[in-house]
Amino acid sequence: MKQPSLPLNLDIDLLPAERFSALSTVDTPVPEQWQQLMAFLSRLGGSGLAKRCKDAQRLLKENGAIHNVFNSPEAPRDWQFDPIPVVFSSTEWQQMERGLVQRAELLNRIVQDLYGPRTLIRDGIVPAELAFAHRHFLLPCNGLFGATSPLSLYAPDLAKGRDGSYWVLSDSALPTLGGGYALESRLIMSRSFPQLFEPFQVHRLAMYFLALRDHLSSLSPQQEQEPCIILLTPGPDHPSFFEHAYLASYLGLPLVQGGDLVVRDNRVWLKSVDGLRQVDVILRRLVDEMCDPLELRGDSLLGIPGLLEAVRSGQVAVANPVGSQIIENPALMAFLPTICRHWRDEDLLLPSVATWWCGQAHECNYVLDHLDELTIRPIHPLPGLPQSTPGQLTAQQRQQWRQLILANPHLFVGQQLMELATFPTFENNEIVARRGISTFYLTAQRDSYVVMPGGLTRVHEDGSNLLANNEGGRIKDTWVLTEEQDKQVNLWLQAHPNQLLRPVFMPLPSRCAENLFWAGRYAERTEQTCRLIRSILTKLYEVNEFHDPDDRQSLDQLLRALTHVTLTYPGFTGEGADKKLADPRGELHALACDSQRIGSLRSSLISLGQSAYAVRDLLPEDGWRIVDNLRQNWHPRISKSQIGSGRLLKNINELIVQLSGFTGLTGENMSRETAWLLLNIGRRIERALNLIALLQATLVPCQQNSTEAQIREAVLSTCNSLMVFRRRYRSFMQLSLILELLIMDEHYPRSLAYQLHQLHKHICALPHDKLSQQPHQDQQLIDEALAELGRTGHKKLAGRAEGEEEYPLLRVFLESQKKRLDLLSDTLMQLYFSPSVAPQQLRSAPQEGRP
Amino acid sequence: MRYRVRHLTGYRYSDPVQLCRNEACLLPRNTPHQRCLDSRLEVVPLVTEIEERRDFFDNRLHFFAIQTPHNSLSITAVSTIDVEVDQTGYALGAQIPWEQARMGLTQTGELLNSAPYMYNSPHVTASAALADYAIPSFGAGRSITDAVDELMQRIYHDFTYDPEVTNVSTPLTEVLANRHGVCQDFSHVAIGCLRSIGLAARYVSGYIETLTPPGQERLVGADASHAWFSVYVPTIGWLDFDPTNNQRPHQQHITVAWGRDFSDVSPLKGVALGGGHHEVLVSVDVARLPDNGVRSNI
Repeated sequence: MKQPSLPLNLDIDLLPAERFSALSTVDTPVPEQWQQLMAFLSRLGGSGLAKRCKDAQRLLKENGAIHNVFNSPEAPRDWQFDPIPVVFSSTEWQQMERGLVQRAELLNRIVQDLYGPRTLIRDGIVPAELAFAHRHFLLPCNGLFGATSPLSLYAPDLAKGRDGSYWVLSDSALPTLGGGYALESRLIMSRSFPQLFEPFQVHRLAMYFLALRDHLSSLSPQQEQEPCIILLTPGPDHPSFFEHAYLASYLGLPLVQGGDLVVRDNRVWLKSVDGLRQVDVILRRLVDEMCDPLELRGDSLLGIPGLLEAVRSGQVAVANPVGSQIIENPALMAFLPTICRHWRDEDLLLPSVATWWCGQAHECNYVLDHLDELTIRPIHPLPGLPQSTPGQLTAQQRQQWRQLILANPHLFVGQQLMELATFPTFENNEIVARRGISTFYLTAQRDSYVVMPGGLTRVHEDGSNLLANNEGGRIKDTWVLTEEQDKQVNLWLQAHPNQLLRPVFMPLPSRCAENLFWAGRYAERTEQTCRLIRSILTKLYEVNEFHDPDDRQSLDQLLRALTHVTLTYPGFTGEGADKKLADPRGELHALACDSQRIGSLRSSLISLGQSAYAVRDLLPEDGWRIVDNLRQNWHPRISKSQIGSGRLLKNINELIVQLSGFTGLTGENMSRETAWLLLNIGRRIERALNLIALLQATLVPCQQNSTEAQIREAVLSTCNSLMVFRRRYRSFMQLSLILELLIMDEHYPRSLAYQLHQLHKHICALPHDKLSQQPHQDQQLIDEALAELGRTGHKKLAGRAEGEEEYPLLRVFLESQKKRLDLLSDTLMQLYFSPSVAPQQLRSAPQEGRP
Repeated sequence: MRYRVRHLTGYRYSDPVQLCRNEACLLPRNTPHQRCLDSRLEVVPLVTEIEERRDFFDNRLHFFAIQTPHNSLSITAVSTIDVEVDQTGYALGAQIPWEQARMGLTQTGELLNSAPYMYNSPHVTASAALADYAIPSFGAGRSITDAVDELMQRIYHDFTYDPEVTNVSTPLTEVLANRHGVCQDFSHVAIGCLRSIGLAARYVSGYIETLTPPGQERLVGADASHAWFSVYVPTIGWLDFDPTNNQRPHQQHITVAWGRDFSDVSPLKGVALGGGHHEVLVSVDVARLPDNGVRSNI
């Protein structure tokens, strides 16, 4: 069926082997599953496909799968999503599965042997250099491997050759692209192309993750209780932090950084808001050599000092075990067929890409003679290597390689440049042929391995780019078809009838608590700044329109208040203020748009984004989306001269609506556990402090009668309270009435009293050390603040003696409340966030033995 | 010969340390040439437990943690060692051409003994410059003992002892270019030279008895921890050489541990949480004891 909008006819005849070598060879017909798939896409038509691609791309962005390292100018290019999956028939897959499992079992045995008896080296099966000259062969890990600590996870990269067979390009114990990416691409695929799944029986991925979780539980040193399993990440600066967060939340594991963990008495403990909690199993996404700064790389700030000793004493299990990255040595590939024969008396089912290890004279000569046709790889990362794009070496590069290899032959391998098969890919409204590489995922199960029935395929125009790095290009979902329909499986276990299930509350790591607290504060700060700028812009408009000197005066007062509230001194106060007050546009522009200016809207949004990013697994999905969208896209493109034009006002109004959306989503979707308490405590403290700063700057000083009413009205409007005030009092702008509403009314969500009462409630609900008899300092501070509020009244606060230029009682009251709230904020940090102290390395003095 | 060695390391911090974990490689191992009669590790503030384990090289490592806030830390190792050096290995090595020794390294049966010491390690990277420096001593057919002896002598004469110039992490290329350093650097240079020409060499950490010139009183604590290197000769074993003193170690060298280079046998490693700045103080005292088994009161 042809669609007029479709630029390419997708008839099967147009899927010739020459174009899409992944589908078939010249001699074989296009397999049935591909015919079906392409027929379906053809019915969808080019424009239909394009539209859904956009949906998928949006989902990809929203889910954060883009490598978005914060504030990194060299952030890699975004990934694109390709709607045409790679499809395996169930017979094809069975063969693949057998090969993958065999290889995983083999590599597991190799890693056990290299860190154990080393029979492979002793018996001359594997040259000693493959272990001893390799940087990832970590001597402190010797003896750490055994039956109870197998290679837990294995992820090879495979490519399809032109002859239709698959070849392993690399083996990984800690893949750059973890299993979470495969899960994510499946999710995007099923959301944006639900119908595509209908004609096919596609294996679900959930079983695999269930197996992974079971395996992790089985590693736990103690089997009496539900084990505490955590996912260790290098942190939000890592390009794959998204995947870590995604997987953690899918598997229901706390996402933790090295600094959240501490080793005491050879046990690993998680610092959480409820105190220390013992960790049984660590699923790790941190590279081997960074794991323990005491015994491995001393300069690692990401690891856990003492981890290896805790592992040795059997108090914690790590998956993958530290040291397993030795299987990533590409030189091993040259020896796998021999090892497989030697140990298993069978052939390697999945061949590796042809690999020549230069540590052998004959192989080295071959590599040197074929530098132009091979990919040259070091056995472990080495600095300062020349480019290695086969066929594109300059004479100088060729010479460099020759010297490098001759100087240390055992550090290099040459690998055959695989002609990668091409997959149909939808790009710029056409179906084009793109080269692809697939990553598959395995996890240990009893004595063998299970394979995720699926994977992640990356395609790129340029095959060598694909081999060289993991960035850019398109990702494809990878399907395995099954004969019979999968049972609906998800990670949820079936309870037996009458089984009593107790909820398990995950510990909240202190660092997460801190980020939630600051997310609350920044969200509120941004919103309050918005409202104040909005009042100012309205006033600015009036000044320009009516040229009334009273308007001018109240504008100046509000501008000064803006500086005080946002702490962006000197701003509209102090030196140079007159000039800025006369033309506030430059400063206002900076306070809205300048990301470098602390206190500006843009900078608060970025800070909000960073805090929220670090705890995104704890926030409602849509809530995170709003924040991420604002962080990336709220960037008013206006010049200074356009400040008064209404465009900024429009932008700010949008921002307020979005932020309210975030507030609503967190309020309506988060369970009232510690995480929500901290988010809300941050919000309440910030709202109270903002209100105090605003009142200090606007209501404490006396104004001339003519401007007083204007300023008071602007304050009410900034606090979103003008309507309420009018409805309630219908009178003049009397100070004591304003204070009754904004300070004393404990039922009004914008008042100081309301913030203090909420804080009291939340703080009492926080987990406190139950054994301590002392009243807790945080509770004490909020009690005092409430008591002080109780001792005063709005009439009293609005009092002043004749001739005084300010309201002294109001000033004193606000100052004292501010001091207490600042102290409360610091106290919460001390009590719950256990600010990590920087670790430092202690070293011996050099051995200075004298002659 | 019997010795009592006392090795004290003190850390003083500007801010309190909240938690500190340490790994000590301070108590001597037994070797074919020495027996450690007794040894102990004293840590202040007191620690409840010190765990001992053998590392990859069978050295004695000790792990301990101080889990309460503290402003200073001191670790004292006290050991009594009997040293009895048998020099026959050097004589046997004098019969073996160095090329033959090199050939033997990769033979089955020797591989697991030699392999850990043949390749680059954190402080020692083989290079053409190191090979060039070594080659004049390794003429064709020369015996391994003579060749390494001469290499040791050349390092002794070509390099200047100067504790001000290098620190724990000065790269080997710099040491080779400047020809200044301490025992640690000289040993690394020798190891780098030997590995660059295909031999297996290791780093030995220990102490040396310093003799007081006649008429002067022995200064307690003025000694330092010492280091030298060792080369592997298949079928014979390891032969030690001390390039700092231009001698083959005999009765006056006490071995603590060995490894690929300093990083494997660093006397103390640690990670402290907090602490601000820290100062380190080291004092070593090597005293000869009467051989009759009666302990002196040093």
